Amino acid sequence: MTRNTMIDGWYPVGLASQLDAHGRVTALMGEPIAVRRGEDGNAKVTGGNGRDLPACIRYGHVWSSLGDPQKPLFAIPEADQPGRRLVDVGVVRVRCSPLRAVENFLDIAHFPFVHTDILGAEPHTEVQNYKVEIREDEDEVWATQVKFYQPQAAKSAEGGITTEYMYRVPAPTCSVLYKTCPPRPAEWDVITLFVQPLAEDLCDVWPWMALFDDETPMADLIHFQQTIFVQDRSILENQIPTLLPLDPGMEIPTRADLTSVAYRRWLKRHGYTYGAQLVAQ
Amino acid sequence: MKLYDYVLSPSCYKVRLMAALIGVTLDIRPVDFHPGREHRGPELMALNPAGSIPILEDGDLVLTESSAMLVYLAAKTAPQWLGNDTVGRAARVQQWLSFSHRLTASLGAARLHEMLLRPGNIADLREQGIAALRELEAGLVEQHIRGQRFLASDRPTIADIACFPYVALAPDGGVSLDPSPAIRLWSRAVRSLEGFIEMPGIHRLHELTPAPVLEVGEA
Repeated sequence: MTRNTMIDGWYPVGLASQLDAHGRVTALMGEPIAVRRGEDGNAKVTGGNGRDLPACIRYGHVWSSLGDPQKPLFAIPEADQPGRRLVDVGVVRVRCSPLRAVENFLDIAHFPFVHTDILGAEPHTEVQNYKVEIREDEDEVWATQVKFYQPQAAKSAEGGITTEYMYRVPAPTCSVLYKTCPPRPAEWDVITLFVQPLAEDLCDVWPWMALFDDETPMADLIHFQQTIFVQDRSILENQIPTLLPLDPGMEIPTRADLTSVAYRRWLKRHGYTYGAQLVAQ
Repeated sequence: MKLYDYVLSPSCYKVRLMAALIGVTLDIRPVDFHPGREHRGPELMALNPAGSIPILEDGDLVLTESSAMLVYLAAKTAPQWLGNDTVGRAARVQQWLSFSHRLTASLGAARLHEMLLRPGNIADLREQGIAALRELEAGLVEQHIRGQRFLASDRPTIADIACFPYVALAPDGGVSLDPSPAIRLWSRAVRSLEGFIEMPGIHRLHELTPAPVLEVGEA
């Protein structure tokens, strides 16, 4: 059996704001782990056999790894910009492949049908051409110049607007979305999906946001994002096959799926296959 | 009327749905139930010592039980939803309102466990949820034999609104509705009601909206 190359990656394992000395027991790729605040105030994560695991706190969450991370956690420079509201959306568990959760986040075409009257509406179902690339220097998947008509793109949006998006996949189970920011047209709102792989078919999803929005109460911002994600949850739990197919044998992608195609290609190239189906069945 | 509301709570949704169906506008006050646990904070504990939501405030009236809120909304604005035109029907409505608490305690708890990581014995919760669903299925089949599409009558009542959300969301807790054809028909009937609103996990019936038309030059 080949080594799981995702072992050395960083994964979210809890909210930094809920870290306490008592801690919580969770799991990472099948291994039970314990996450708590150590006596020095830092996050302390231990593996199933009691060994200390790497740990850091970033973007509202505690991050850890079962292996030996070769790189620090990916950067989100916008997260440190002054004036942004940082929103802990909280965990939602989904019985699906962690890779499926990310792939769904990258998809635009489902907006009018699943997020009706919020992120999309019929008859505005067309996904216009956009650009996708695997950036070799950063080793990340990027989709840019994505445009979509949205009835209520954000809590701060009034009425329908054509929203512009950029999607970024800096790690196999994490995606960062940059989106038109209605109150600050020169800036991008940052909406992330951090996925904790519990098993190949089970994950804890930790959405997180860094927004320019001084008006909307925090509970509204949380409700908005939870609404969107939980609308996806029942769809994700019913996808067949359960694991993300990396063999092109079963599916015929369309132009709108370019980001997904690049994401799958990038996963395959790196052997990021925890939660993937390698051969069509 | 002010509703302390959590968008993912089926009990809060009962109140939002009832209000939408009878054309009442609520003043929604979002509560950070998850992850913030605001419902257990001092402000809301002072209003409702049970530490639960929804809470409905109207003047000096404060209600903390969703069934009472349904009764209040219907009695105030749309009394036909009370289903109390005969003694038997009034009793049936009460029977299902009380029954709805079993759905909350079983299917609702299974959903919280599976989705928001709340503690619970998932096998027991699912077993209790399935038992409640079977009882509801049998009740709906009997109603069909009587020629009635809804739980207590041939028209919807507060009993339907009290039971619908936790039943429709049963799959969120890993309990399938596939073996319950009468429940699925009833769910369609509820979702077909004029003024129906959805919540995350309960999708609208897209086939009920007119076929979309794209004008030339519009995209």
